[in-house]
Amino acid sequence: MIGYLLRRLLYAFPLLLGINVLTFILFFVVNTPDDMARMHLGQKHVTPESVEKWKRERGYDLPLFWNAKAGGTEKVTGTIFYQKSLGLFLFRFGRSDDGRDIGADIGQRMWPSLAIAVPSLLVGLLVDISVALLLVFFRLTYLEFWGVALCVAAMSVSTLFYIIGGQYLVGKLLQLTPISGYDTGLNAWRFVALPVLIGIVAGVGSGARWYRTLFLEEVEKDYVRTARAKGLPEPRVLFAHVLRNALIPILTGVVVVLPLLFTGSLITESFFAIPGLGSYTIDAINQQDFAIVRSMVFLGSVLYILGLLLTDISYTLVDPRVRLG
Amino acid sequence: MPAPSFPWPPVRASLPWLGFCFWLFLLAACGDPPNNPYPAEDNGKNILYTSFEERPKHLDPARAYSANEYEIIAQIYEPPLQYAYLKRPYQLEPLAAAELPAVSYLDRNGQPLPANAPEEHIGYSVYDIHLRSDVRFQPHPAFAKDEAGHYRYHALSPEQLAQVQTLADLPETGSRALTAEDYLYQIKRLAHPQIHSPIAEMMAGYIVGLKDLSERLAKDFGSRADKSVWFDLRPYALEGVEIVDPHRLKIRLHGKYPQFRFWLAMPFFAPLPWEADAFYAQPGLATKNITLDWYPVGTGAYMMTENNPNRRMMLVKNPHYHEERYPAEGEPEDAARGYLRDAGRKLPFIDRVVFVLEKETIPYWNKFLQGYYDASSLASDNFDQAIQFSGQGNAELTPDMKSRDIRLQTAVATTSMYMGFNMLDPVVGGLGEARAKLRRAISIAVDEEEFIAIFMNGRGIPAQGVLPPGLFGFVKGKDGINPYIYDWAGGEPRRKSIAEAKQLLAEAGYPSGMDARTGKPLVLYLDTVASGPDDKSVLNWYRKQFGKLGIQLVLRTTDYNQFQQKMLNGNAQIFRWGWNADYPDPENFFFLLYGQNAKVGKGGENAANYQNPEFDRLFERMRNLEDGPERFRLIQEMQAVLRRDAPWVFGLHPKTFSLSHAWYQNRKPNLMANNGLKYLRIDGKEREEKRAEWNRPVYWPLPFLALLAVGAVTPAWRVYRRRMRSTAL
Repeated sequence: MIGYLLRRLLYAFPLLLGINVLTFILFFVVNTPDDMARMHLGQKHVTPESVEKWKRERGYDLPLFWNAKAGGTEKVTGTIFYQKSLGLFLFRFGRSDDGRDIGADIGQRMWPSLAIAVPSLLVGLLVDISVALLLVFFRLTYLEFWGVALCVAAMSVSTLFYIIGGQYLVGKLLQLTPISGYDTGLNAWRFVALPVLIGIVAGVGSGARWYRTLFLEEVEKDYVRTARAKGLPEPRVLFAHVLRNALIPILTGVVVVLPLLFTGSLITESFFAIPGLGSYTIDAINQQDFAIVRSMVFLGSVLYILGLLLTDISYTLVDPRVRLG
Repeated sequence: MPAPSFPWPPVRASLPWLGFCFWLFLLAACGDPPNNPYPAEDNGKNILYTSFEERPKHLDPARAYSANEYEIIAQIYEPPLQYAYLKRPYQLEPLAAAELPAVSYLDRNGQPLPANAPEEHIGYSVYDIHLRSDVRFQPHPAFAKDEAGHYRYHALSPEQLAQVQTLADLPETGSRALTAEDYLYQIKRLAHPQIHSPIAEMMAGYIVGLKDLSERLAKDFGSRADKSVWFDLRPYALEGVEIVDPHRLKIRLHGKYPQFRFWLAMPFFAPLPWEADAFYAQPGLATKNITLDWYPVGTGAYMMTENNPNRRMMLVKNPHYHEERYPAEGEPEDAARGYLRDAGRKLPFIDRVVFVLEKETIPYWNKFLQGYYDASSLASDNFDQAIQFSGQGNAELTPDMKSRDIRLQTAVATTSMYMGFNMLDPVVGGLGEARAKLRRAISIAVDEEEFIAIFMNGRGIPAQGVLPPGLFGFVKGKDGINPYIYDWAGGEPRRKSIAEAKQLLAEAGYPSGMDARTGKPLVLYLDTVASGPDDKSVLNWYRKQFGKLGIQLVLRTTDYNQFQQKMLNGNAQIFRWGWNADYPDPENFFFLLYGQNAKVGKGGENAANYQNPEFDRLFERMRNLEDGPERFRLIQEMQAVLRRDAPWVFGLHPKTFSLSHAWYQNRKPNLMANNGLKYLRIDGKEREEKRAEWNRPVYWPLPFLALLAVGAVTPAWRVYRRRMRSTAL
């Protein structure tokens, strides 16, 4: 297994390099260094000289990929790509274009993202699986029909509606939680409760339907028939036997997103004024801060690859037949 | 077979509910309205709550230039002058200065000239600034000294640095008196090669020696091996600034530049102590985001004690703030409006100001209605809920707002939004009469009144020229209308008819929108920034306006970057843009059409690339005159030239609408003064009462929802029971 993991880690390098190049190209297709300079220098009294100075100061006056005027290795190293992107492989995020330390910001902002994402995922998973198993339990009854219909209706509604509706109902009409905001430490629970609840409710439609499909596949198998023939009660058949055997596809969907919980949710963080990494990324895109954008894309890619790796490892834990080699 | 228990699936499904109920129990146990987003211990305190949508980019006074940055640093840094809070038209008064600066003139040989010397004789202007002697810097670790008199935190060891996460981790603070050297240090910082002050280039053209200093600094800084080490500016001389004594400095400018007095009211010219610069330059602090750009050090009414731009920023009263009293003079109606109730009382009133991150308008508005924000602007989402128009067309609050004792303040911004013609364009540009007629015809057709009504909820007034109301030279009423576009009828300006516009168009060579020479329809191109789906209806509206004349309008939408690039290259034909005043002087608007400021080739702010020698001559005479009859006359002549040539469709001046609660007082709109927080007052007790009244949690639906859940589960339970009791056959 160790050999497999090492091999996967080595595969990750060209993958990350490719992502880096792609991010770099996409960013600079849309924005030129001149655009970035103007954005940071403001809209008034910006002279061509000050734009040039800004670019020179921050190393954006170099060619993008190939420095034809330089000699030797500097043809490669004297470029924006080399100087701005390759340090990421050592997790040196550097400073944002407005001068803040990106590593420090990420360290600070990942906790609010996690405070929302982790309970939303765990409780949401519990609820989704429970509802899905109940639907399977009541299959071929009117309860299943209406349950699935409700799920379809719930998944057809936009997340934004759940957020605004939830804020309106719980925060404004019932006045039970703050409408938005965040606090540190234990006090955070007051602000986290509503977005987590909304996250769970918004996800239950699609989640329950997906898991129901997985469980329905399992309940027709021989071992289930055997379990029933043994006289096991149906809840036990479903929650002990079927659930366990359906874990592989569940893990595929869940473990892969675990590392991505760090990167936060854009809409939720924005509407609830949660200072997480989701809003950090979108702010950077709006402010054309390439330093932050490349760092967040890189971080997201690393975490995604890590998630895939964890998924593979988790297979071996839930299914003894799986061997990584 | 006994029926198996059905224990855990419903219990699991109920877990969120149980958790929710437990959490409600906790909330109820707090004894505070559970929707209160602030700590309970702050209830009733003298705190102002406001918000920020995105973190300010810079809090360094040499770099900051946008409104959201000024909202914070203007409370902390004190330039020599400020705008009188209540007086209109806007006028300057001393802040850190003891009096308004005395301005004298010298010829090119440095010999004194009389105050009324002709401009062409003036080689230099000298601003003589006397500072107050009772001004001290806020408490700050940069000033802390040990027993031996050495700065305690100017050489932090790696071990000490490891303990520091925020500025508050350095417990000892110090202070010292403000001196003229602090102003000199800041002016030198404008030329610092690493700071990129937005006004550095411009000021280098005015302040004697600043350009030379800039070059010397760039050379010396560039040759340093380690650029992260503090670059001490004190040894560098600046020819144009003379320190007469610790409380007096003279700033020498090239030529005559009366607008310099307005710059002296902006944070660019606030004092900066070298100790702060040296302190923040220590390696290791920047990696913790402890920099001068994030932790300002000033002498103002407030000081920053918490700066977490990811979540919250906090200002508290500066304990060393100098003597300043609430003004006793304002506009005639200020007493009746209650703005003079605090006259003569010591400033500031509010103890703490909390800026909370709030990115969306809907939650902000709801929290404002709950009393958790003290004031709110009006977004289109909530406009109809807050404002209704009376029979006379006046905006007033809806009954719901009135019942909450919410106040409405409106003010016309010192802003001009316009649609410009690229005067270099072969179709719409040029100074000939035919082209002017084409532009005037379009100006008539683009119905700004309709635009304001449809897209701005009536929040704006149509522009009659370049100048917004409130500036010297603006004329109200019949004499102030644009006679090419409006007639005066019934005591108000009335837009000329489309028939007249068509007539102009025909005279311009495009009868019914067809080119008389080629017989082809006239096709024009509008370059504009479109950022979202809302823009579509606006752009369609523009197409319809041009369509009234038979002109086909092609929309070329782009992002702001590309738009700017097009403007720089002169590739746009017609465009939309706007300008916010830097300072309340007509020069700051007319320079937008001065030939030497053309965008193409010169990179200036004259985006229309309008170059009319007649206008330029008038501008050059007007810009440096003191306000008076001569200047007024020149301004009217300039307006007349611009109205005739019509390089812009003079669009509109936006009107700001702002709401505040009754407990938030002294809030008079002042679009020039950024340091207004010190005048504001909060009645914390009244706010607390209102919050308690408006925020009574409603618990009754919860048991109802629980019953509903039980009702929903019952059929499931019955099916379950039936199934468990049934046999296989």
